[in-house]
Amino acid sequence: MSGADPDGDPETETAEVPGDEEPDDSEEPSAVIRPEWRSDLLLVAKVVLATYVGFFVVGVLSGAGVNATVGTIQSITFFGAIFALGALALNLHWGYTGMFNIGIAGFMAIGAYTLSIAVASPDGSPAGFGLPIPVGIVLGTIAAGLAGLVLVIPTLRVRADYFAIVTLGFSEIVRLSVQSRSLREIGDTAYGTGGGQGIRATPVDSVVGWLFDQPIVGDVGGVLIVLGETVGIASSVLERGIYTLVLILFVVAFYVLLTRIAHSPFGRVLKAIREDELAAKSLGKRTDRAKIAAFALGCALMGLVGTLWMGSRTHISPDNFMPLITFYVFVALIVGGAGSNTGSVIGGFAFAAFIFEGPRFVRTMVRANLGTDFPRTAHGAFAELGAGDPSALIGYVLYQQADEVRYIVLGVVLIVLMIKRPDGLLGHRKEIAAGVDLSRRGPVADGGRPAVGSDDRAGTESETDDPAATNGGDRDE
Amino acid sequence: MSDLERGPDAGAGRSEGDADDRADRAVEDAVLEVEALEKRFGGIVAVDGASFAVERGSITGLIGPNGAGKSTTFNCIAGVHRPNGGRVVFDGEEITGEEPHQVANRGLVRTFQIARELPEMTVLENMMLAPKGQRGESLWRSVLPYFREEVLDQERELRERAWETLEFFEIDHLAEEYAKNLSGGQRKLLELARALQTDPEMLMLDEPMAGVNPTLEKKLLEHVHQLREQGYSFLIVEHDMDVIMNNCERVIVMHQGAVLDEGAPAEIKSNEQVIEAYLGGEV
Repeated sequence: MSGADPDGDPETETAEVPGDEEPDDSEEPSAVIRPEWRSDLLLVAKVVLATYVGFFVVGVLSGAGVNATVGTIQSITFFGAIFALGALALNLHWGYTGMFNIGIAGFMAIGAYTLSIAVASPDGSPAGFGLPIPVGIVLGTIAAGLAGLVLVIPTLRVRADYFAIVTLGFSEIVRLSVQSRSLREIGDTAYGTGGGQGIRATPVDSVVGWLFDQPIVGDVGGVLIVLGETVGIASSVLERGIYTLVLILFVVAFYVLLTRIAHSPFGRVLKAIREDELAAKSLGKRTDRAKIAAFALGCALMGLVGTLWMGSRTHISPDNFMPLITFYVFVALIVGGAGSNTGSVIGGFAFAAFIFEGPRFVRTMVRANLGTDFPRTAHGAFAELGAGDPSALIGYVLYQQADEVRYIVLGVVLIVLMIKRPDGLLGHRKEIAAGVDLSRRGPVADGGRPAVGSDDRAGTESETDDPAATNGGDRDE
Repeated sequence: MSDLERGPDAGAGRSEGDADDRADRAVEDAVLEVEALEKRFGGIVAVDGASFAVERGSITGLIGPNGAGKSTTFNCIAGVHRPNGGRVVFDGEEITGEEPHQVANRGLVRTFQIARELPEMTVLENMMLAPKGQRGESLWRSVLPYFREEVLDQERELRERAWETLEFFEIDHLAEEYAKNLSGGQRKLLELARALQTDPEMLMLDEPMAGVNPTLEKKLLEHVHQLREQGYSFLIVEHDMDVIMNNCERVIVMHQGAVLDEGAPAEIKSNEQVIEAYLGGEV
């Protein structure tokens, strides 16, 4: 793949400066960002590391304990990976193609249910097919992709807002269907969705157990667990951490796949559809076909995320797939910046750390410092406040209502973001939809005006990038 | 400027002799024929049996008062609307009722009355979108390792073409700008440049001079003439009578959904009916 940035200059720093809207020449070289793996990776690493250090320091200083803190960090990473995966898949739909899909939970449900039915024990109730987990994951992905295909073909011509309603409706149909009694056990067979009770199946994170059985990996894992226990980290936290590593591999795979799409003629057509579908059609682009392909692929990826997330539980039920999940993924993408894959990853992580897990972490700290003896109702909390004990109200809000605090944080973050950075953290970057760097070209033969700012760049990058070296040849054709 | 002489590769090889002895010939070699075209919206008949032809390699003007059905005719030809009756023949093949992308892929490309640049894409991205037959427009080929190399090779070729065309239109200094930051006139230029990237046979321009300042208008017209010399055919809808009369070989006048008259600008000018239709007289 082209576009590796060898000098790894901190261009992302420049991109971080808010308000670089003005189209000045001075801005231009840094405003155009190619898939620069190194600097983007560095940015992600910085954000992750800063978050880890922040949580660790706060956790240890506040007396929450090493185990609880590391557990929180593990959780953040797990959900960070999950929301990054979801945001990446959604970015293909919404960020690139402009398809307003608010049925993400439905596609996740299809993936997760297909997985569960495939891998559940044949003796269970409802029965499964007892297939190996990897097969179940592949089936779940395919099933969600097919569902996307079936949904998108009749709705191609539906306007964006109606399309949103269709997808939301679809996700609710999926949820209510798997919940319905009539599909609990289909016909006279033992197979079914289990209705409201859901399905019990081997969780996909049992892959960790399998990993521990392998020669070298198992030994390393064993050593890690012993080390962890000496500093007070429970082995269960570490085992979950290993499954999280598997998820991170999936994030990398998603990122590579979607970035390739973004920097290709196919991605360009998708972007054009987002901007103006009629204009794209009038240039001879088969927009229908591109939309179908992009939607089905995105849905398949959402199904895969569903299998990786919900499949890590021993039991799935319709309640795991409330539309709220869709909303979370959207917020993750909005925080990161729609249209940017790197932004999707950072958004997913930031959402998981500060909005999703943050309030729970505060709850842990409150418990460590103030105990758990708090009033269960707002009335009780205010009564004690009246009696001169403010810690009761703090405890009530931050301990008893930690999950609800999440929504307050969510609202505040969204409002601040809309005012300060409507494009999200990285959404304002120019990520050019092309397979090669468009700003560079071969030597200008006719002495014509060179492109603005292309001179200095050609000088610094041509030696390190193969495409640049072949430019001269292209011109002769 | 040397840029101007070179022009885009597209169409350079076409016969240039055609253009010379056209003058007052009737339409012999029609690139586009419209026969008894009809389009109704509910109870309103927007196009009512319009018939005309466009000579290959000509600049043909399409004029008419507001509501004469010019834009609807355009949209029917380009596939945006499906006509209720009549035929559209392009390059000897019937294209009536085809989808916009099919029409465009046959080499009949249109621009819009209000420029439809792709605002959140750069000028270069706009240009790179247009070319036909891009291998990487298939999802799999854009992703899979082996095919990806082919795609990248093609991308390099297309990049050169994009830059050449931008230079021809003298907007190469805007190449890395978002299209939304361009002025109205620059957007019109971009739209024309982008349409050329599809390597068309014929271009249909819907009011290309609307909202364009006189200097840019002159430049746009220069480009149109140069491209005509390279063998492209043009059908232009325009309100500015001077532009039409001074630049078109043939003019088609529409009124109330039908063709009122067609012929050389001088003939049209002297047609009483046309004058009345434009001046709002009783016809």
